[in-house]
Amino acid sequence: MTLEARDLTVRFGGVAALVGVSFTVAPGTVTSLIGPNGAGKTTAFNVITGFQRPTQGTVRHEGEPITGWRPHRIAARGLVRTFQKTSVFPGLTVRENVLTGLHLQGRVGVAAALLARGRVRAEEHRLEAEADRVIDFVGLGARRAEAASGLSYGDQRRLELAVALAAQPRLLLLDEPASGMSASEKLTVAALIGRIREQGITVFLVEHDMRLVMGISDRVLVLNYGRLIADGDPAAVQRDPEVVRAYLGSGAHAHA
Amino acid sequence: MDQLLQHLLNGLLLGATYSLLGIGLTLVFGLMNVVNFAHGEFYTLGAYAAFAALMLASVHFFLAIPVAIAAGAAAGAICERVLLRPLRGQSIDTVMLVMIGVWIAMQNAELLGWGGVAKSVPTPFPTQPLVLGPVSVAPLRVFVFVVSGGLILGAHLLLARTRLGRAMRATFQDRETAALMGVSIERIHTVTFAFGAGLAAAAGALLGPVFLLYPSMGDLASLKAFSVVILGGLGNFAGAALGGIVLGVAEELGAGYVSSGYRDAVGFLMIVAVLLLRPSGLFARAERVG
Amino acid sequence: MTWIVRGLSLLVVATAPAWVWNPYHLHTLIMAGIFAVLALSLNLLLGYTGQLSLGHAAFFGVGAYATGLLTVKLEWSPWIGLLAAIVLPGAAGYVIGRLALKLRGAYFVLLTISFAGCVSLVSVNWMELTNGPLGLPGVPPLEIALLGLPALSLRTKSAFYYVVVAAVALCYLVCLALIRSRVGRALVALRENETLAASVGIDGTHYLVLAAVVSAAMAGFGGGLYAHYTRFVSPEVFLFTYTVTMVIMVVAGGKGTLAGPVVGAVLFTVLPEALRAATSWQWQMLLYGVLLVAVLFFVPEGIVPALRAAGPALRRRWSAS
Repeated sequence: MTLEARDLTVRFGGVAALVGVSFTVAPGTVTSLIGPNGAGKTTAFNVITGFQRPTQGTVRHEGEPITGWRPHRIAARGLVRTFQKTSVFPGLTVRENVLTGLHLQGRVGVAAALLARGRVRAEEHRLEAEADRVIDFVGLGARRAEAASGLSYGDQRRLELAVALAAQPRLLLLDEPASGMSASEKLTVAALIGRIREQGITVFLVEHDMRLVMGISDRVLVLNYGRLIADGDPAAVQRDPEVVRAYLGSGAHAHA
Repeated sequence: MDQLLQHLLNGLLLGATYSLLGIGLTLVFGLMNVVNFAHGEFYTLGAYAAFAALMLASVHFFLAIPVAIAAGAAAGAICERVLLRPLRGQSIDTVMLVMIGVWIAMQNAELLGWGGVAKSVPTPFPTQPLVLGPVSVAPLRVFVFVVSGGLILGAHLLLARTRLGRAMRATFQDRETAALMGVSIERIHTVTFAFGAGLAAAAGALLGPVFLLYPSMGDLASLKAFSVVILGGLGNFAGAALGGIVLGVAEELGAGYVSSGYRDAVGFLMIVAVLLLRPSGLFARAERVG
Repeated sequence: MTWIVRGLSLLVVATAPAWVWNPYHLHTLIMAGIFAVLALSLNLLLGYTGQLSLGHAAFFGVGAYATGLLTVKLEWSPWIGLLAAIVLPGAAGYVIGRLALKLRGAYFVLLTISFAGCVSLVSVNWMELTNGPLGLPGVPPLEIALLGLPALSLRTKSAFYYVVVAAVALCYLVCLALIRSRVGRALVALRENETLAASVGIDGTHYLVLAAVVSAAMAGFGGGLYAHYTRFVSPEVFLFTYTVTMVIMVVAGGKGTLAGPVVGAVLFTVLPEALRAATSWQWQMLLYGVLLVAVLFFVPEGIVPALRAAGPALRRRWSAS
């Protein structure tokens, strides 16, 4: 199992964001986590990737317990996430953004930076080539030298994805990758996720757009008020009465 | 034992003014998110304003304090209007650096205006300490304590019971809703900052006669104010009130039992200790969001 | 075109002692150089990781005292003293960085101020170690002693000028080497978006500590140079004015660039000297405060970036007319 969450519980200040959530994510699959607003989806992401500590419960990645590890350590294991709010390095160019994402692929430290310029040059060449490859993969080749803050919303989200991919994830966690996008942009995102899966990367995503979710997922998990209420293939989940109730009851509507 | 009681009493008396200083800053830092490194300069301004009123305008000692508060509040209002309002929305670092600039400018203006020689402020109180059993206390310090306490109470009442106070609390809890309810956000920001500056000026006018007046007196005051704010938790009124007392007592104990030269180090060490061990403050309710 | 400009500037800098007749002006240049080292060090933290250290004068002071104490009280070689001036503050920087952990922004600033305040109090109160306010006079000058040859004392202004130029060049190159590598990118990532940086494997604490250590060591180096130039160390090295001056140099010069701090250092060492005839240092500091605010309002990126941005526009104007 690529990812195994057991009994995850997160309580703070009297609020229970997650209660006894357990699930597994199989390698090479696309798993989606859905649920009404406030159901605890981003909290689950935060706990898995080390940005938040669970009050109880464990997370295992390929058998190894990673609960409570700091985010950069978890990233080093190949678990890379994106964020709900667009997250890039605003003052840097697209290229510099992706080069920063390639941090783990480099080896140069202070000593080498100061004393072994030859090694630094070689590494920079290697990383720049890799950065270009990733930039082209997400389709931002034309904007290589532009500042991230000047990009359109859709391009910024693509850059986000590029930075995450640069970190060479084995498991990629995408937090609402299609939010705020037009229908055609969403199709592009879905295609991109498909191509990512083809590369052998396991994808775990949080999304609101049902059509997108049902179209690309192998498996769907549903959270409501911090509890897991459904776990299965898309068709079954869509028909699950409790899921329907959760969405209709909370006022959010599922795009059929 | 008597020595301990004396230190505790001194700490309490001094601490009340530290609370006053800290409350002003916690409102500005905690609510407006402005890192006001010039807070100590409003303290200095208050001290010198009171001194000027006393010496140049022959104002009665008790009236000098309201003069100081008015001067501080006015300066604060101008500062907010001219410097902070245009920068609203900029990064907190830019605002921080701007306040550092204000700090430097104000202090050196004081230096140019008043000269670097320390001045002592004459008071109408007898220097003979009152003896209350095992402890003794200077009448001036009692006066300072009483006024500080009164001002703290007044500030609390203003925030909790008046319309203005409600508007302030509403603005900093939920700006959009407050605006929709007719609160002038701009005015509240100016008032809050002026309020903080006024409290700092009051502290300066009160402690000026206790210690001496010199242009860089605000540096330590700033740090102690930050110490109190960190102890009590950002934006936490009651926390700042308690934090001031804690700092006052800790300083007196440190000066008494360790060394008076390192007295001011207590404030520094408290900052470091609290930041490292309990960054949300000693008195903050334990709530952590990821 | 730029090669000619660069060559000329290098020539000017290299031959300065020959044509700067007034020794006081040479002194100003030397101080500008020392401040350039300090500004470059502060820039590493403020410009690249985005964290402000308002206690940087403490590292400068610790460096000065480290070499002062070793050379005066233990009579060790000034070069060992200079090494200590780098290592000791570097260690202090390590402690600050480690203590800071997750502290950022204003909290980091407060931590640095507290550290500086404590160090300053120790230098004044611990008389047996530091001589307190009296200070340490008689710090020996740097000497170059090669086997067999007579020792070459670097006590004259001309000689020390070259030491300082070499020091500035060295520090500039160190900063350049770090910035143009994966290390530099990690530092900038801290400033731009630390959360995102963590999600791609960048350990924020590790790189902040690194920046703090190098920054502190460099400031200490500046302190050591200062000690061997003025040959006197006192608690005055901890004066807040030094920190303020460093901040102004970096912010006005252009934080996040390498030329900015150097330009800022020269500007704000030469300018006060020019003003000195007209006004007192209090007016100067007052002006600094106003200037800091003005820069942040009107030229927030700093002078060097503003000039660089204006450059192409000016060039177009010239070629058009």
